[in-house]
This record gives sequence, C-alpha cells and structure tokens, in this order.
Amino acid sequence: MKPAGTPAVLGALLRKELLVELRTLQSVPGMSLFAVSTFVVFHFALNRTSVSGDPAAGVLWVTLLFAAMLGVNRLFVADAEQGGFDGFLLAPVSRTALLVAKALTLLAYLLVLELIAVPAFGLLLLGSPLGQALPDLLGVLVLADIGIAVIGTFVAALAVQTRARDLLGPLLALPLLVPIVIGAARATEPLLYASHPGHPAGRWLLLLGLYDLVFGLIAYAVFDFLLED
Amino acid sequence: MGEAGAETTISAAPDGRAAETVGVPLVPQREALRIEGLARFYGEREALAGVSLSLKEGQTLVVFGPNGAGKTTLLRVLATLLRPHSGSVRIFEHSLPEDAWRVRGRIGLLGHEPLLYRELTARENLRFHARLHGVQEPRVRELLGAVGLDGRADEPLRTLSRGMVQRVAVARAVLHDPWLLLLDEPRANLDPAAIELVDPLIGAASRRTRAISSHDPGGGLAVADVVLGLRDGRPMLLRAAADVDPGEIAELYR
Repeated sequence: MKPAGTPAVLGALLRKELLVELRTLQSVPGMSLFAVSTFVVFHFALNRTSVSGDPAAGVLWVTLLFAAMLGVNRLFVADAEQGGFDGFLLAPVSRTALLVAKALTLLAYLLVLELIAVPAFGLLLLGSPLGQALPDLLGVLVLADIGIAVIGTFVAALAVQTRARDLLGPLLALPLLVPIVIGAARATEPLLYASHPGHPAGRWLLLLGLYDLVFGLIAYAVFDFLLED
Repeated sequence: MGEAGAETTISAAPDGRAAETVGVPLVPQREALRIEGLARFYGEREALAGVSLSLKEGQTLVVFGPNGAGKTTLLRVLATLLRPHSGSVRIFEHSLPEDAWRVRGRIGLLGHEPLLYRELTARENLRFHARLHGVQEPRVRELLGAVGLDGRADEPLRTLSRGMVQRVAVARAVLHDPWLLLLDEPRANLDPAAIELVDPLIGAASRRTRAISSHDPGGGLAVADVVLGLRDGRPMLLRAAADVDPGEIAELYR
C-alpha cells in the first residue's frame, strides 16, 4: 500500500478539524464572545467615549491575545480525549503535517475571530470606522496571527500531555507571545488615530515577520519529539 | 506453573496457517516478532520487565494477566506508541524504536479507546484514517458493510452504542490490511452476533499475526499459539498454547 503524501494528509487533518469544530462549536464562538464581551467591559470601564493610539492598540491586542488563548487551550483536546493522537501516530505519515494542520486551523480560528472582534472594537471603543486604516491593519493582523498560531500550536501540543493543561497552556504561551503583542500593538498604534491615521512602522512588521520565522523553524524542528512518548 | 524465567524465549511450533496470511507477502514462517529483555517504566514504576519471546508470522500470541500486569503496555510498545526503555523489540525484522516509521503502516491496534472522533460519523472517521494510510474509498464501504454498519454509517459516533463504536474501531484497525494486529480485549462491548460479525476481520479466520490481551482463559487458549502470562509486569508463564493448562492461567489472577 502506498503511503499517503503530505498534501493528502494535510487535507484529511484540516477536513477533520473543520468538521469537528462545525459540529461542536467549541472554539470560535467562545473566542468571539469573549472578545466582544471584553470590549463591552472596556467601553464602560474606561469611562471615555472613545480611545485612540496607544491605549486603543493595547486594548485590541490584549483582548485578541486572551481570546486566542481559549482556542489554544481547545486545540488538541478532542485528539487527546478521544485518542486522535494515537490514531495519527499509528499512521505512517510525517508528524509535521499535524503541526501544519493545527497551526492552519488556529490561524483560521483567529481570522474568523477578528472578522467579528475588529468591527466590534471599532464600534465600541474607537468611535470612528477603521476605514482607510483597514488594509494596513489586515497586514498586521495576519503577521501577528501567524506567530500566535505557530506558538499556540507548539505550546498546546506540549500542554495537552499534562494534567494541568488549562493552566500550563497560557503560562507557557503568554511569555512567548509578549514580543508578538509588543510588535503588533506598536505597528497598530499609528492606525488607530481617528483624525490622522498613519502607517505601521516597518521595524515592527519586520520584528513580527522574524519572530514568526524563528518560531516556525523551532516548532518544525522539535514538534516530532513533542509527540513522541 | 509460573516458572517461566524472566529471560525465557520460545518459538511456538508452526501450525501451518501462516502460508496463507491475508495481505502479507509471505516468507514461510518468517519471524513476525522478537522481543528480548523488554522493560518499560512509568516514572519509577516498572510496568514491564524481562519480557522475551518470539512469534512466527501468522501465529497468535495471547497475553493473560490481572489488571495492571502490563498487557496494555506491551501492546502499546509493539504499536510503537511507547518506547522500550531497555531490551530489544523487532517487528518483521525492523527494530523499535529506530525503525518505527517502517512498521507503523503494517500494524493495526484495537485498544481500550476506539481512537475515533465522537462528533464524526463512522464513515467520516474511517475516511479520515483511510486518507492517513493511503487507503481508497471502496475499502471504507467494504468495511462498513463487513461490520454491519452501512445503515448507521452517517450518524455521529456519539449517537451509537458502545458495541457499535467498537465495531467501527475494528474496521479502523484493519482498514489498511495490517500484517500485525494488536488487540486489547477485542471482545469488550461486543454481543455474540457482533463477535461473529468481526471474527473474519480480527479472529483466527483473518489469518493475520496477532497479539491479543485477554482475561478469558478458555477463549484465549482456543486461539493462541503462544501464551504469555504477566503479573506485575513480569513474565510468569511463557509457553506454546498446546502445553498450557487453563489452571495455570487462573493461577495468574490469584
């Protein structure tokens, strides 16, 4: 029997992830609801009609980060609880396919989250539409999401093997994600001035890109060992 | 009874069945399994120690022992899911864990967990595993029919009874026509009709090399070529099945 190629395996894994999420709705609705609720709380807690610049970028990225943690914590739960890990490990396929499939899944969750959360953020906290800043913001979101997806997948695979996975996941992920939050918030800040939105500074985009690359390589190098007994 | 030493090694007498093993390019009486001095720990606890045996292609090894004796650990080591901590394990002449990737596609595991997703249907679960193993769709349909689930194949697993889920798990275990079947109490949750249904796939009729863990001395001995009795991770009994008295197996549980 001819072993399955990596694209076929990736396709099978992604299809499975999509089906499980569509049937359980365990990740994306929870992440989105958390983000919108947090913006509502900020709206009242800040006691201001609107925020802009630094504080707005901070509120946006801290909220997105914590919402992402909900997805990270759920990423491997079905596999760990229902034997999907063992089922996958018994197949003669590259382990890296699982890393890529899970990272792409988390990336998709984050993009859907942001489709809901960013307009809600604009409405509840910015007091003005994002309008012309949107294309630049999209670039920053994608760069930051790639980093969150790679680090989140890496950490989730590590944490899910432990009994304290709900605690260990965020404890491991948050310090690793601080540079992403710093880079993303700094890059977003000029976009969030209502009167005269600017462009993200290249150095912060470069930082995000480099961080994505470095952690992508680290995750690729060690992921096999994480899955081994 | 129970005198089999920690390093005892036997090869059960050939029974002639191996020559027609399904799906296996046969070398007559090729060695399917050789274990020497296998040990495995969980932290400080010794889960397996000094297990040595060999099994020819087409033969059936039945492992007896009380709960916690190491049966499941042994099967998981053979499935390449756990690394041996000492000793050597060779499956179809490939060493574990170094050559684990070479034998993975040739092993079928039916464990305590069905290794299936509850939210997916039986068909979706089998399709998923079929894609991982490079198996084509007709085989999925064939197996759904073989385990009597064509009519419920498109319902989520969480809505099926445990017996039905076990039948899907049987189909998953043999989906890729494995050379070596590792069966951990395979009849759990199955009624007599279901046992009859899955027997051509995982029973003696499948003519595959099998390692089975069992608590049923009569049923286990009837299908065994080689018997291994474990207690506290150590081999207490290792012999050709024809030479084992059911009383010796009962002794393991006292």
